[in-house]
Amino acid sequence: MTRKVLTLAEVRDGALRNVSFEAIAAAKTIAEGGEVVSVLVGVSVRSLAAELIHYGADRVLVVEHEKLAHYTPDGYTQALQAVIEQEKPEGIVFGHTALGKDLSPKLAAKLQSGLVSDIVALEEAGGNIVFTRPIYSGKAFEKKIVTDGLIFVTVRPNNIAPLQKDESRTGEVTDVAVDIKDLRTIVKEVVRKTAEGVDLSEAKVIVAGGRGVKSAEGFEPLKELAKVLGGAVGASRGACDAGYCDYSLQIGQTGKVVTPDLYIACGISGAIQHLAGMSNSKVIVAINKDPEANIFKVADYGIVGDLFEVVPLLVEEFKKLKVHS
Amino acid sequence: MNIFVLMKRTFDTEEKIVIQNGKVSEEGAEFIINPYDEYAIEEAIQVRDKHGGEVTVVTVGNEDAEKELRTALAMGADKAVLINIEDDVEDGDQYTTAKVLAEYLKDKEADLILAGNVAIDGGSGQVGPRVAELLGIPYVTTITKLEIDGTNVKVVRDVEGDEEIIETSLPLLVTAQQGLNEPRYPSLPGIMKAKKKPLEELELDDLDLDEDDVEAKTKTIEIFLPPKKEAGKILQGDIADQVKELVSLLHTEAKVI
Repeated sequence: MTRKVLTLAEVRDGALRNVSFEAIAAAKTIAEGGEVVSVLVGVSVRSLAAELIHYGADRVLVVEHEKLAHYTPDGYTQALQAVIEQEKPEGIVFGHTALGKDLSPKLAAKLQSGLVSDIVALEEAGGNIVFTRPIYSGKAFEKKIVTDGLIFVTVRPNNIAPLQKDESRTGEVTDVAVDIKDLRTIVKEVVRKTAEGVDLSEAKVIVAGGRGVKSAEGFEPLKELAKVLGGAVGASRGACDAGYCDYSLQIGQTGKVVTPDLYIACGISGAIQHLAGMSNSKVIVAINKDPEANIFKVADYGIVGDLFEVVPLLVEEFKKLKVHS
Repeated sequence: MNIFVLMKRTFDTEEKIVIQNGKVSEEGAEFIINPYDEYAIEEAIQVRDKHGGEVTVVTVGNEDAEKELRTALAMGADKAVLINIEDDVEDGDQYTTAKVLAEYLKDKEADLILAGNVAIDGGSGQVGPRVAELLGIPYVTTITKLEIDGTNVKVVRDVEGDEEIIETSLPLLVTAQQGLNEPRYPSLPGIMKAKKKPLEELELDDLDLDEDDVEAKTKTIEIFLPPKKEAGKILQGDIADQVKELVSLLHTEAKVI
């Protein structure tokens, strides 16, 4: 059965987030040969449409309105409702990002639809599209199908590979006119606290610190290492509770669940709650003074040693590698 | 102020997951209030203490959730409601839960509804925004600060580590993010008082709902554990050499750098 599938593209700092391309790849599987239509929402976003087509979208719809400059649930719902009424899709794919998590349940409720959140894989099997998603923060996984109506899913960043970029692909780009009114929540200000725009949930490399980092200043070498690797800094609950860093950096069962290509755990003992948040990372490196630390049980590579000695040496080595490659 | 908290009973974060007959085994497992819902309960109590009113904690589940509801009452909530759907609904999803909650809340004239931003078991984070939409009220998710002045509300929202300062108004639904507050432990007098506080139990019939009205739109067909990780390689020798070896392994063997 072929389906028409919509994807929501996400823009951050004027560029498309990777998850926009991952959503297109997921949409292709759901579409089973049907059309994939990407939706761009915001102000001055039209120029990004071509890239969505290069990554596999068949068409792009552009919804521009000054009241869509900031994401709000009401504004974006009105924008997408207009698109959905026009296109009548059989599938919808969002990223499982702050925006996608916030918006998708509202839209699903409005459409009286199911919603499979936070999928990490999908496949066609036995006449169904089967979605895999983590439960208990990754301690287990479930496979789900949609039994009634629209197939609406959100994809976890960094898990579904985008399609090969093909700059020769072309497709139609059309504007959808909307009237955005009655916003009941207004964004007054956005305070940037994250460094250099590398978001934890999308980072390919995460350098995380635990109690062993000992202070807020102790995170400096970790930040340096993250910077060299183009990654983000995370933390264990212990480090957050001790006040070394902001709770927004916390990785674990409470906190963020992450799946980067490389996770470097520094001075983290490896409590079960922390492991739930990171043990599905592709490669895990543990640096800890205590050879008995639990973190070594999930690590691919371990160094038993003082992180304040090891991390600066790592920074130097990675810098050398960068120069040579 | 008429305040409601949506609460879920979940596995303790210490628990390991065991799968038996295709389901997650609950045998011998400890249960807790979903940690994010604890922030919601704490915030509700603080708002009530400042602005007056009443806090009602609501959960959808089975009679086992009575224990967690009593804990919420012991923390300081005034009333608890258990909507027991065990006999009517076999496999509900978030569509089911939201519909049940919204049906219960629709004539309650809630000024403020709080919930956790996500439950640590199912992890979908859908129920809060779905309920707000069904009730026709605005919502803000993952909040770290809440200030109420009359019907005006100022909220700080965590957006992947950045902060949004949002203005909105009551009635409102918010979902709690870590950092919102420090949930209190129930005190001994609190626990004694909780035993006498009202705990109402409802079923679908009491809400004028049929099973068909709340039938799930999605279905779980399999639950499995992730492949066990093989123990890794602990590097040996001089620290400087270990670091060199590690970088080389990440580059040539793991190929992640």
